Amino acid sequence: MDVTVAITGMNARPDNPGPGVAVARCLKDSDKFTGRIVGLGYDALDPGLYLNEYCDAAYLLPYPSAGDEAFITSLREIHEQEHIDVIIPCLDAELPGMVRLTPLFDELGIKYLLPTPEQLRLRNKDRLVELAEHAGIHCPEIKATTDAGFFYRCQHEGWKYPLVVKGLFYGAHIVDNADQAAEAFRDIAAQWGYPVLVQRLVEGEEYNLTAVCDGKGEMLGEVMMKKMAVTDKGKAWSGVSIFDQKLRDASAALIKSINWRGPLEVEVMRDTHGDYQLIEINPRFPAWIYLSEGVDRNLPLILLQTIFGKQVEDLPDPRPGVLFIRYAAERIVPQSEFEAVIMHGGQRLT
Amino acid sequence: MTGKKQWIKPTIVPLRSGLLNKFGSQEAPWIDAIDEVPIPQLLEQYGSPLFVVSERRLRRNIQRLKRAFSARYPSVIFGWSYKTNYLGAVCNTFHQEGSWAEVVSEFEYQKARSLGVPGHNILFNGPFKRPGILRLAVSEGAHIHVDHLDELYELEQIAQQLKTPIEVTLRLNFDTGYTETWSRFGFNVESGQALDAAWRIASSEHLNLTGLHSHIGTFVLEPRAYANQVRTMCEFMHEVESLTNCHITYLDIGGGFASMNSLQGIYLPAEQMVPSEEQYAEAVCDVLLELTHDRETRGFKRPTLILETGRALVDDAEHLISTVVANKRLPDGRRAVVVDAGVNILFTAFWYNHKVMPTRILPGKPEDTTIYGPLCMNIDVVRNSVMLPPLSIGDNLVYSPVGAYNHTQWMQFIEYRPNVVMIDENRNVSVIREAENLEVVTAQERLPAHLSAAYPQGAPEDILSERSSDSNN
Amino acid sequence: MQDESGSVLPSSQSLHRLAISESGFIFDPTSGHHFTVNETGLDILRHLQTAHSPAELVALLQREYSASEKEIERDVLEFAAMLRKFIGD
Repeated sequence: MDVTVAITGMNARPDNPGPGVAVARCLKDSDKFTGRIVGLGYDALDPGLYLNEYCDAAYLLPYPSAGDEAFITSLREIHEQEHIDVIIPCLDAELPGMVRLTPLFDELGIKYLLPTPEQLRLRNKDRLVELAEHAGIHCPEIKATTDAGFFYRCQHEGWKYPLVVKGLFYGAHIVDNADQAAEAFRDIAAQWGYPVLVQRLVEGEEYNLTAVCDGKGEMLGEVMMKKMAVTDKGKAWSGVSIFDQKLRDASAALIKSINWRGPLEVEVMRDTHGDYQLIEINPRFPAWIYLSEGVDRNLPLILLQTIFGKQVEDLPDPRPGVLFIRYAAERIVPQSEFEAVIMHGGQRLT
Repeated sequence: MTGKKQWIKPTIVPLRSGLLNKFGSQEAPWIDAIDEVPIPQLLEQYGSPLFVVSERRLRRNIQRLKRAFSARYPSVIFGWSYKTNYLGAVCNTFHQEGSWAEVVSEFEYQKARSLGVPGHNILFNGPFKRPGILRLAVSEGAHIHVDHLDELYELEQIAQQLKTPIEVTLRLNFDTGYTETWSRFGFNVESGQALDAAWRIASSEHLNLTGLHSHIGTFVLEPRAYANQVRTMCEFMHEVESLTNCHITYLDIGGGFASMNSLQGIYLPAEQMVPSEEQYAEAVCDVLLELTHDRETRGFKRPTLILETGRALVDDAEHLISTVVANKRLPDGRRAVVVDAGVNILFTAFWYNHKVMPTRILPGKPEDTTIYGPLCMNIDVVRNSVMLPPLSIGDNLVYSPVGAYNHTQWMQFIEYRPNVVMIDENRNVSVIREAENLEVVTAQERLPAHLSAAYPQGAPEDILSERSSDSNN
Repeated sequence: MQDESGSVLPSSQSLHRLAISESGFIFDPTSGHHFTVNETGLDILRHLQTAHSPAELVALLQREYSASEKEIERDVLEFAAMLRKFIGD
């Protein structure tokens, strides 16, 4: 496929990487992809902006909090330079804006496979319970709060510690008492604003599934993973591919119930009874997406094939037992490249 | 002078990790007219700072919201929330569009009456209604929304005196699952308090329960909170009707719809967070239709839906224009400007990040800027951090939306309050509140005779003795 | 404004060590800090290589820019204070 693909989330930080670089790497590693990659980041220190083995050009975008107008202006400028054919957003916080801007993508001739605004709302962390119920999956109760005082009263309302305190987009802290909860609340609110979410803690083991969904209820190329080790921030640092029919079926039911369109990651806990409890649905590829290439189910490529209406070839059976181990490496960046990003907001890398 | 370059204030900005984005949080570029009236013309005529209300926008807002609800439910009334903006011209614009008045004090009640609103078009809320005004409101047929038991007894007494039964509405509070329960107002549903009050009304010869009211919060970004509110209110309605034999004629769901403003502490911009009027209307009306559809078979009409929407109707219909009076460099290197409009008149700057726009294309790179008001008070910060190009003395900055709560919560503190003008649908500009002056601000003061002069024995001498001795030169 | 005593402008030693790019990108190799300046700031930094007093600097700038001496002087004072803060006296 000889197309230009813009990918966001180039913030491949060692302890908490965004998925963009991994998505780019999947495409570049595939011999079926011969196109160009435009990496889009939000900070001049996003490593992906300098990795010319994965990105042919790299640019900064204004933060989602800057509003639609700033985003539209800079996307138009980048498009004029690079003639983007497809955009793959990879960060949670930018999805609400992206799905509202699909008319702009249409106007610019940029293709995408994204959920509808309504689908996106349905998977909002504070609506997950309803969605799970609808699909017949368990889900721990979630409540949105704007008041740290809740944590001092909540035991009277039937909320027992430990609990999980979460941001609307990112961040999750397990807390054992009201003081810890209030601290986590302030932490999250300071970075991600209100409301802050409280979720009942499910004891058990976490499993993840990622796939591309065609918007007609079908799930394509699913890959399942069990984390083997995590960073301080709870992000996978190594994991192993698995296959579990129950997890597959539960995810398929979930996707069918809302006809999800686009990539996604399903996070579940297998509780002590062996039942799956839905923890989160992320409306994008996960940072560990390169494992999909590792098990010969290159999901970013499948995404492109789906977007261009190409028949997705028969995929090999999922190959349980393939590991990934994430490592950090230093990229040497000449001052001129850093300057180009700071002063001009980006550059051609090749 | 030909061939010389334009002088733009020199800037030097250190790069800090985590902020290495050349865009920062950029604002929309600029605005040079409001409702096609040029801003320089407005300033020349009415001075700076200046509040500008758009009548066209007010009317359009209420018409759109009305359409959204009336298309989904047969009987809808809007009560204009006076405390959101009680400038007479604003209130009467809404009244002309059919809105009732929603008031919460003696002053607001009197204001509504003086504007020509009859008692029967007034919804009277609030935890404190002075005895005199409560009695008057009852006798004029206003709709009394009872906040507590003591008020219920007071109303019973008034009814006895007036020898006529009073129709009352109970204010309810309960948990919607999405909003904080404002349990300080009204009667709690979950604890049975509200039902107790309904029983008390049912047992009185002088009182009839005919309405239910609740107000779930302010700037509510989650339409489902309203769906739950309506559900709880409908369930309560059915319960009291069957238990106490009363007949509820209206459900007042209060206000709280968000406006296109950015609350401090919310990450995403307003356009991605604030639901549309359709989303609110759908959340309310779907549940209301579903839970009232069998009333007709039981011989009851569907209750009228009352909304007390304030902010969402008025906020974006008003701008505040200010003028830059000084540039500053703070010791940490950040840039600051001082403008002539501060938190004294833009009270909502305490909780919003208002949109700030210059009135012309400003050359130069945007830089993180703090905007200070004119007050000699540390708290006078209009925007803590906003990306703006270099500004010159005399440049104008326009804040929006500012229509909600500023004219009711502003204060005469240090500065006089400025003119407020309204642009009508034919682009005519009228002053709707004149700027204050010394006379206005001191009108209510009285000086006891012995304090009538500052220095009865003559003023103390200046410490600059040279100047005082030279003062005749 | 102060003159050659040098307390308004950073020392020429500090100024000479800066790596100044045409784009307005500045690197201080001693502190490791990066800065950006706008066009006017860049012009001032250039002139500072030759101007030795604030008055001289303002005069140079006045030849290039259409602004009053007062306005330029005010902004130069502020800019110089920022320079001293960021790159040292």
